[in-house]
Amino acid sequence: MKYPLTDYLKSSGKNQNDRGIITCLVEFKKYKIKPINKVDISLKTQNFNKPSTQRHNMVIKIFKNFFKKIFNSMFREKKNIKLGFYGPPNSGKTSLANRICKDFTGEEMGTVSKIPHETRNVQFKEKVDITYKEKTLTFKMIDTPGIATKIDYEDFLKFRMKKKDAKARAKEATQGVIESIKWLDDMDVVVIVLDATENPYNQVNITIIGNLVARKIPVLIVANKIDLRKANIKKIESAFPEYDVVGISARYGKNMEEFYESIFKLAKKV
Amino acid sequence: MVSRKNLGKIRGFSLQFLPFNEIRNLDSSERIKKILDIILGNNILIIQGKLEPEEETRLIGDTMAMIRHVKNFRGIELAVISGNRGNIFQKARQNIANAISGGDLGAITIIGPATIVKEIKKNPRKIELLLNK
Repeated sequence: MKYPLTDYLKSSGKNQNDRGIITCLVEFKKYKIKPINKVDISLKTQNFNKPSTQRHNMVIKIFKNFFKKIFNSMFREKKNIKLGFYGPPNSGKTSLANRICKDFTGEEMGTVSKIPHETRNVQFKEKVDITYKEKTLTFKMIDTPGIATKIDYEDFLKFRMKKKDAKARAKEATQGVIESIKWLDDMDVVVIVLDATENPYNQVNITIIGNLVARKIPVLIVANKIDLRKANIKKIESAFPEYDVVGISARYGKNMEEFYESIFKLAKKV
Repeated sequence: MVSRKNLGKIRGFSLQFLPFNEIRNLDSSERIKKILDIILGNNILIIQGKLEPEEETRLIGDTMAMIRHVKNFRGIELAVISGNRGNIFQKARQNIANAISGGDLGAITIIGPATIVKEIKKNPRKIELLLNK
């Protein structure tokens, strides 16, 4: 409570109880008393004399925030949800993005290859309408280069690539990793595509997920290549028990319905 | 500054241990610089504790930039083994301990240059370091 002390002292001369209260407060130091000086100069402009104005301002603020929230939520529904595909190289990010685009737009997004680091630039596809159970959401798809901690041009030579081309590919791939990391901040939701035949405890996977959690971006983990005999979804589930894991084969379009259902659930968290 | 002359030529390597005290008061840039300086000296680095996720991505990003600029450098192998597992109470207790100590002291981070460390095989309970011949 704010109250001009001069006024209070004046009234305390008339009222014994008031004087008693103020003496108790000062002596026992139960409450802090903040003397407000110069109240005689601009009494009209002091807020303590106008509790109703304060309340009024607060009500306006609450209403403003309420309408702002409604407006923002309406606006958000209309704009594209930025859906990013992240993961280590050769896990099938572009294959999955292609599968989705093919299912809903009839066009592919990028080229795929057995040679790692085929995607070396971030690729976009605007306004992809994904329909599931008569509901449609519009996404901006963002396919990113695979994130790795090492890139050796000699690894590309095993795929009968010329040394010059291998070196150029390695150089572009390093730039691609940097670009992928930069894009982490701009995503609304992220699908982490993992190769179900590989060890999920790779530090790159943990680092990507850790970053998304720190940025509060919803995550879905996809265990790709479940058509292969070596695939082990349970291993991925036990590595990331706090996240939804969906097993798919992007190449053959296996279990895509469950994937779309999970994407819709994920989009609700935005 | 460590010499980078012999980078990539494996005539031996050393294991270097970095206690958490050494990096506790450093900011992210200084931590990453320190780590990369050690790695570029053909050392395998064992750090007490672990980096923040943002620091890990920054380390990866800086590593990628260096591959293009430092001769014979091909990147790093990185693995973290953390004791932060168990039920919700154990995790909560661990989080409180981490908050008091200023980092996850129960974790161990291993970082090595890719020219020396071929692969780090990891499962939740152990890390296997496979070295290049």
